[in-house]
Amino acid sequence: MEIDVRKVAMLSRIRLTDEEAAEFGPQLSSIIGYVEQLAAINTDGVPPTAHPHDVAMPQRADVVTNSNRRDALQTPAPNTESGLYVVPKVID
Amino acid sequence: MPFTTLSELKTRLDAGETTAVALAGLYLDRIAEHNDNLNAFVHIDPAHVLAQAEASDAYRAKHAPRALEGLPIAVKDIFCTQDGPTQCCSNILKGFHAPYDAHVITRLKEAGAVLVGKTNMDEFAMGSSTETSAFGVCRNPWDTDRIPGGSSGGSAAAVAAALTPAALGTDTGGSIRQPASICGITGLKPTYGRVSRRGIIAFASSLDQAGPMTRTVKDSAMITAAICGHDSMDSTCVSDAPVIDWLGSCDKTDMKGLKIGKPKEYFVDGMDAGVRASIEEALRRCAELGAEIIDISLPHTEAAVAAYYVIAPSEASANLSRYDGVRFGQRCKDPEDLLDMYTRSRDEGFGSEVKRRILTGTFALSSGYYDAYYIKAQRVRTKIRQDFIDAFEQVDVIATPTSPITAFKLGEKTDDPLTMYLSDIFTIAVNLAGLPGLSQPCGFVEGLPVGLQWIAPAWREDLILGAASAYEAATDWLQIPAGFGGEA
Repeated sequence: MEIDVRKVAMLSRIRLTDEEAAEFGPQLSSIIGYVEQLAAINTDGVPPTAHPHDVAMPQRADVVTNSNRRDALQTPAPNTESGLYVVPKVID
Repeated sequence: MPFTTLSELKTRLDAGETTAVALAGLYLDRIAEHNDNLNAFVHIDPAHVLAQAEASDAYRAKHAPRALEGLPIAVKDIFCTQDGPTQCCSNILKGFHAPYDAHVITRLKEAGAVLVGKTNMDEFAMGSSTETSAFGVCRNPWDTDRIPGGSSGGSAAAVAAALTPAALGTDTGGSIRQPASICGITGLKPTYGRVSRRGIIAFASSLDQAGPMTRTVKDSAMITAAICGHDSMDSTCVSDAPVIDWLGSCDKTDMKGLKIGKPKEYFVDGMDAGVRASIEEALRRCAELGAEIIDISLPHTEAAVAAYYVIAPSEASANLSRYDGVRFGQRCKDPEDLLDMYTRSRDEGFGSEVKRRILTGTFALSSGYYDAYYIKAQRVRTKIRQDFIDAFEQVDVIATPTSPITAFKLGEKTDDPLTMYLSDIFTIAVNLAGLPGLSQPCGFVEGLPVGLQWIAPAWREDLILGAASAYEAATDWLQIPAGFGGEA
């Protein structure tokens, strides 16, 4: 299968160099070609498995348990100001 | 001494024959001597290691020792630790210091363990050879021209060469069991939901599970007992998981009455003849120990690799969307606008294998392909689970090779991603079904270790610990690689 690797890369928010696009295109086609063997397996009426065990989502008591750790959590950020994350200008 | 088991070290500590500081010094010296050759550790802070050891000795002077008191344990660079960097061996996390400890790290600290450092791994745990690490390849102590397996290759190499008596790894498609096999040690992937994933950098959330890599089966049981259990901050960590007797399960010395399934799909053309012969011989030994070997079939085994390479990359593409250069991780220099910042930060920060998996997953989840690839793979996953449910109607445990081949040469498979993916063929189905799996050494082919894999029903780690302990007691496959010597 021919895959538009540039389109997939844009959906993934990864800028590819020309060399990378040339390398990844055929590799993606080969990987997707391999997984296409799944189509040959009869799964009529078989439900999908998203999680290995059939357990109900647990709930905990509706009480606040976490404290405000804003400064610690923002320490690894590339750029912050007044407790906010700074990014390039979005609106002109 | 360095090649002593964790449980024997505990006995010596408890008897007052050694101290946590002495052990820390012993292994720090070995790391200093051998790590340049192996590149098993990517971060070591000797002063911090010794400080933890001193604190443990001080605790022991006043209290009864905790479960892992004073024992050195290394952890893969995927576990968030407040002390030192957590980089997942990726450039995008270079210099990242986690603001909290992973749940299992907290549990290790509460048990009195001394954390030795961070071990090398494939970037974001995506690989089978520890060649995609941003900090350079890791080498196999049995032959330093060969790979240690992956993705937890640093943990495996460090334990095999006795740079630490034990380590933690993570296993999404075999990343504990395959490197354990390739380096000749024991590794356990617990049942999905047994161990909290909080603070473990996510790869594929429905498959990831942390576990021990050790010299013996009992050592693996000791560590798993300390790190397992409910965590209210991981909703997939099961709160009412059946409790087993971790250490007691390791007392078995025979296999009387045990029904071992031998799946025909795991003994196929294309696997190494020496590996096959080692596994056949191991199963003969199990029969001598009283087990009944029963031929079974897991018909969707081959489809497991295909289902995995849709499901794991799909989950990875969603999990790794968080690396956007905003809240943590590397941001590219002088971005023109927001889109340029996202796309260039991610291109510069991720290595090729991580990009390949994100692209594969994004494709499988994209409009028009979602049903044909992602949902289809999830339906096949149901059939793979059902294969095991059916098999466990007939047998107690399943025994297979862990890997179809022994350690290959560095660089041998890096050109063809698909060939690399197929090296996980015998470990992947266990993750898709959420089952426990253990690899232990069972022989050598041309000087390279071979691993025997045990698989049990969900929550029945006791069955594989018992079988593996009996096999271990009857054999002598835990050996010391030449060049890393030292008396046991």
